[in-house]
Amino acid sequence: MADLPTWKTINHACLVFTPGNTVEYLTGDWRSMRPERTEEKCVKCGECWMYCPDAAIFIDERGYYAVDYDYCKGCGICAKECPHGAIFMVEECE
Amino acid sequence: MAKRVGIEVSIAVSEAATLCDVDVVAAYPITPQTHIVEHLSESVAEGHLDAEYIKVESEHSAMSCCIGAAAAGARTFTATAAQGLALMSEMLYIASGLRLPIVMTLATRTLSAPLTIWGDQSDIMSVRDCGWIVIFAENGQEAFDMTIQAFRMAEDERVLLPMMLCLDGFHLSHVVEPIEMLDKEEVSSFLPPYDAKYRLDPHEVLSMGCFTMPDYFMEIKKQQDEALKDSYPVILEVWEDWGKRFGRTYQPIQLYRAEDAELVLVIAGAFAGTARLAVDGLRDKGIKAGLASLKLWRPFPREDILRDLGGAKLLTVVDRALSTGGAGGPIAGELRAAFYHEKKRPDIASFIAGLSGRDVMVEQFTEMMEKSLGYAEKGEIPYYEMYGVRE
Repeated sequence: MADLPTWKTINHACLVFTPGNTVEYLTGDWRSMRPERTEEKCVKCGECWMYCPDAAIFIDERGYYAVDYDYCKGCGICAKECPHGAIFMVEECE
Repeated sequence: MAKRVGIEVSIAVSEAATLCDVDVVAAYPITPQTHIVEHLSESVAEGHLDAEYIKVESEHSAMSCCIGAAAAGARTFTATAAQGLALMSEMLYIASGLRLPIVMTLATRTLSAPLTIWGDQSDIMSVRDCGWIVIFAENGQEAFDMTIQAFRMAEDERVLLPMMLCLDGFHLSHVVEPIEMLDKEEVSSFLPPYDAKYRLDPHEVLSMGCFTMPDYFMEIKKQQDEALKDSYPVILEVWEDWGKRFGRTYQPIQLYRAEDAELVLVIAGAFAGTARLAVDGLRDKGIKAGLASLKLWRPFPREDILRDLGGAKLLTVVDRALSTGGAGGPIAGELRAAFYHEKKRPDIASFIAGLSGRDVMVEQFTEMMEKSLGYAEKGEIPYYEMYGVRE
């Protein structure tokens, strides 16, 4: 807490003057379930990419849709929506 | 030049907002505030006021529109009462948290149920912690003056807080009084155009109202609390300037025959006028009585209270609101708390009176003060008492 702003130095009314800084906050910490993919079943249709509410799915170097675990909150929408059953949820403790 | 005219107080408040050249009015009609926004809509329609008049579907939307407009740098005004204030209460905290200098007139009215349209101060007291500057007008002239003053106080870069002007519903909002109406030049010389320090602008990066984590919230809240307290000297400065320009002076607590008073009646709003006559009557009987009319409610003028009322032996505090099942009168409760740590402090008798439009006559103010004296003599002051209730 020592390096955080004081009530005197914090921005007036908590205004934010720098754009796009939510990227600094890794919401992946919130996750209790993690989406995993079976590559054999994936047809690269991109539905998971379209449905992900956090834009936490990206296209990897081989054209597959992969999960950015820094921001994936583990909501499970991708697993639910995948038309080929290629995505399944795994407990984070495993 | 200022002109003295007979005018309904609501219309005078509306004219004051027009003289301040507000940019945006977002309002929903509710008794007893309706005449204010109704007249403003006429002023806009007839071209007397160049403003965006937003007709909204609720008070929640009215305050939301005001917040958006103020965030974009507009001078913004609205008015409401009772259930309307309750409906916008969520947004009141947003306006103060974002430090937006919105000015709102509250024609104070009882919160239902039972359903009632009459006046008391239960609405404002229900939102006392919302972080706005809150002042009470006692008469029509004050309501007119304070509306204009409010914009300068709220918009001052040292303040940047929303401000609520309370005027008693019906007892003040609907009466016709002689009011000295300032002209456009006089108001313009007193109130500079609003140039927002922070505003939403497509060409500048700025986000308002962002999500805040527990690591930051308390610092922001303290900053807001300090800002509200720091508005106090600015309020006094504006009132002093007003006095020099227009000859009418304002203080956080206006005293009447209170210099040597041993018994002081404390009240906020229009009923103070009647209470003055009760004070005169008691003085005629040889009782050292006085009156304190509370004008500034937030920031709470603690220093003024300790200085001006600390010399009295006994205070009779008359609240037109009830902290139901709690500490009785909100004003009495806060005065008691203010004096708690003082070595020399007056006894405080708390009366709840005039709820929902019930009149409080001179003789009833007299009775409350005499009752207070009786309680103090016996050394048995009730926690609070609802005055005049049929047993």
